[in-house]
Amino acid sequence: MRIGVMVCHCGNNIAATVDCEAVAAAAREFPDVVFATDHMYACSDPGQGTIEKTIRELKLDGVVVASCSPRMHEVTFRRAVERAGLNRYMFEMANIREHVAWISLDRKRNTEKAIDLVRMAVEKLRYDRPLTAKSFEVQKRVLIIGAGVAGIQAALDCAEGGLDVVLVERKASIGGVMSKLDKTFPTIDCSVCVLGPKMVDVGQHPRITLHTLSEVEELSGYVGNFEVTIRKKTPYVDWVKCTGCGACLEKCPSRKVPDSHNEGISTTTAITIPFPQAIPKRAAIDPTVCLHFTKGTCGVCKKVCPADAIDYDLKDEVVTEKVGAVIAATGLDLFDHRKCGEYGGGRYPDVITSLQYERMLSASGPTNGHIQRPSDGAEPKTVVFISCVGSRDRSVDRPYCSNFCCMYTAKQAILTRDHIPDSRAYVFYMDIRATGKGYEEFVRRAQEEYEVQYIRGRVAQIYPLYPLAGPEGNQLVVRGADTLLGVQVEIKADLVVLAVGAESAHGAPALAEKLRISYDAYGFFLESHPKLRPVETNTVGVFLAGACQAPKDIPASVAQASAAAGKVLALLSKDKLESDPQIAQVQAMRCIGCGKCERTCPFGAIRMRELRDGAKRAEVVETVCQGCGICSVTCPVRAIQLAHFTDSQLLAEVNALCRTWTETTGS
Amino acid sequence: MSDATTTNLTLAYYPGCSQTGTAAEYDRSSRACCAALGVGLVDVPDWSCCGSTPAHTVDHHLAGALAARNLIQAELTGHDRVATPCPSCLAALRTASHHLAEDSHPNGAAQNNASPGDADPNSRTRPSFRSQVERLLDRPAPLRSVAVSVLQVLVEDVGVEAIAAAVKHPLTGLRVAPYYGCIMNRPPGLMAFDDPENPTALDRVLTACGATVVDFPFKTECCGAAFAMPRLDIMQRLSARLLDMAASCGADAIAVACPLCQMNLDLRRGQVNAFSLGQGGIGHAMPVPYFTQLLGLALGLPESGLGLDKLVLDLRPALAAAAERTAEAQKLSAQAAQAQKSAKANGKNGTGHGPKPGCKENTPCA
Repeated sequence: MRIGVMVCHCGNNIAATVDCEAVAAAAREFPDVVFATDHMYACSDPGQGTIEKTIRELKLDGVVVASCSPRMHEVTFRRAVERAGLNRYMFEMANIREHVAWISLDRKRNTEKAIDLVRMAVEKLRYDRPLTAKSFEVQKRVLIIGAGVAGIQAALDCAEGGLDVVLVERKASIGGVMSKLDKTFPTIDCSVCVLGPKMVDVGQHPRITLHTLSEVEELSGYVGNFEVTIRKKTPYVDWVKCTGCGACLEKCPSRKVPDSHNEGISTTTAITIPFPQAIPKRAAIDPTVCLHFTKGTCGVCKKVCPADAIDYDLKDEVVTEKVGAVIAATGLDLFDHRKCGEYGGGRYPDVITSLQYERMLSASGPTNGHIQRPSDGAEPKTVVFISCVGSRDRSVDRPYCSNFCCMYTAKQAILTRDHIPDSRAYVFYMDIRATGKGYEEFVRRAQEEYEVQYIRGRVAQIYPLYPLAGPEGNQLVVRGADTLLGVQVEIKADLVVLAVGAESAHGAPALAEKLRISYDAYGFFLESHPKLRPVETNTVGVFLAGACQAPKDIPASVAQASAAAGKVLALLSKDKLESDPQIAQVQAMRCIGCGKCERTCPFGAIRMRELRDGAKRAEVVETVCQGCGICSVTCPVRAIQLAHFTDSQLLAEVNALCRTWTETTGS
Repeated sequence: MSDATTTNLTLAYYPGCSQTGTAAEYDRSSRACCAALGVGLVDVPDWSCCGSTPAHTVDHHLAGALAARNLIQAELTGHDRVATPCPSCLAALRTASHHLAEDSHPNGAAQNNASPGDADPNSRTRPSFRSQVERLLDRPAPLRSVAVSVLQVLVEDVGVEAIAAAVKHPLTGLRVAPYYGCIMNRPPGLMAFDDPENPTALDRVLTACGATVVDFPFKTECCGAAFAMPRLDIMQRLSARLLDMAASCGADAIAVACPLCQMNLDLRRGQVNAFSLGQGGIGHAMPVPYFTQLLGLALGLPESGLGLDKLVLDLRPALAAAAERTAEAQKLSAQAAQAQKSAKANGKNGTGHGPKPGCKENTPCA
């Protein structure tokens, strides 16, 4: 065997703390190595050219590159050796950057360790065999979980690109948080007017299958061939018959149900259509409050329905869909301000959340766009906004910035002054983070044109001027610090709006586990690389869009949704995908059919095949195997080997390491 | 009265200096209530200053050593938990425990010898908190005993239900503002008791006593504390705010859990009222008992054992007024019930046609 070794300097990244020339010189002494050199940048065009030229001129059988992590450039070098006529698996990489140069400044010992790693790579390469990838068919369909603005955008982009889309939404209507907003910053566009047409498009697009009131129960399979189980919760209404006329809503006698679309500031009925622009515009019964389900009485909606669509006996439906890729777009939930005793902990009715205020501002909201105090319905003349409630606050375990609260607070303050011209608006803030296009100018407008009083400082306490304080008795006192003036401030407010921060959607970690993707300590899904792979996850074929990855505003969510759609379209543009040949292989001669591997495989990639004599043998489903190697270590008779990581290859590495260890300690 | 009920709940008891002087009634009523509720208290033998304000404003190591000495003495009682009524003592004892536990190198010397050649004098050569304290004590400092407030013992060990069950003379009709003071629950990491922004332990105890607890927004506000000495005006302004708020909540009394708060609101009331009147405000005559005194009354303990005579502003008129109000209210509701009954009777006797005299319209006064 003829092996070539190239040691990369990576500029100064490696060369500063590793003597690369010495590593190359040492490599020349290793068995089968016929050529070794060092190079400033092995991944550059000249570096790859040198590899290709050397393979051709010296008729090499394999190449070792000692440079960065294989996660960085393994693909680059495999392509290079392939261009020179070698099999792409006749290549090994020794990571002397992340594993050596970046973790220690001791040049002498670094160089020794780099030599050890190169020696291991060479020894493994001596046992490497050419492997060829197999190809498999893909499903040209995509599953999108969550139908807020991100899921809607991704669905439309994928559908326009020619893919069939399965769109799953937990709520009864699509639209997400954006459908609850009154206006959007910084242009003061009507939110639902901008979103509405897209929602209608989703409802009418022939390529989009919409499952609302539905949740993903299970996802199995692999990129190109996922199988998803979806539980469709029953609305107790036959949605084929239902016309969305609303007759049932008018007659339903349970009228005290907190309206979740209006964030609980108004009530609705037990059978309901969430909002006028809902897609699909169909009625659904909440069985936890419906008199028929809780007390066994009533049945009014069934009587009044002109389409005879109500059916109390309907059951949940479980459907399975086959898809080639998945986009998670599950969005966000809001911080529960009842954890903050200093703002009243939910005790004061006139301390509300920003989204409740948004519903109040909305013309289609419960107050028809009139701002009213929840306690007495009066129009507030002084409104105080408090930013960073549940953001950047370690005492409530929310150390991160929620990204968009500064902007919606400015928007709501402007709208307040707009709706009630003789009102005063105050904003308590820590810092103003207005980094988007036109955002800083927007905040300036709030301050200068709309005369919103910005006070830099935190609020220490909110308390009522209560109850014997005379005509101002219904007001709240907001006490805080003005850290620019260095004084305490007290503002008598009619209404206090808390800019509650973003949290991951409830149930997000459980979904992440079903999708086999990672999530952070706060339940936000982890991207594959924070800079360069922001929409991919570590599971191939699963992508992210919107606030499920981190708090994001509308433009950022839409941009990421289109990016995810682009990734899916590129992935599924191929008719066939190549499977990784680094998978488990069963030596049927050795297999005793004990079935341990079948039980341990986390992907269900092993099944037991019965021979003609009734004996059983394990068999790997090649397209399902992920090459994790668990079966290989489980097998009691070493009948399963992982291609490219066989026992002999791993032992060759261990032997190489131990030999150098005995040599260095012996000398 | 000490052998009313016996349980396994026995703790060491650290009174603290205030409880031997200005707050003797807090000590007396705390002991009486604990005994009545089956909490055994064993006095810490030969206790000394806890290392509170006078010490820790000058030298943290000295303050730590003073607190540690008392924790060592407490261990002599054979109990690991030390109850104290005074929040300031509690903070001093818990702070010392916290710093000693954090500084987990049992022998500070090990740290010092780690790198003798180290050139940087600030890095490893400064003796640890623990070693400083141990040098002052001339012995190893303890880690075992922890301090808890009497309030915490009553709420968490005895329990509000048990208190409610033991109440013999409920304080019905007495409107009380619960005032925790600034350090009973704070800093939250150190005190680890109740909600630091909106504590409710005292509310629950007083409710169990049958009192009406008003929603007092200034539960944890500052009374001015020891500023009464160097800057009387600050204490006057802050305490006046508390009294104004309690009055506007309609409270008959403010229940306190801190000797210093009690002194500022009770003993120094003349100074506070003088300030208020000077500012165009009003003076207040509202009494400020310790919560243990109210609890003791509800438990039916004799007034002499609760030190009610020690209060500058007499509690008894407030109690009498509350009782009178309650009696009045009961009389009214009885009358209303009577009226309702007769109205119903009339309705039955009637033939049924014509507009009924809706009972609903009469009920709101009930």
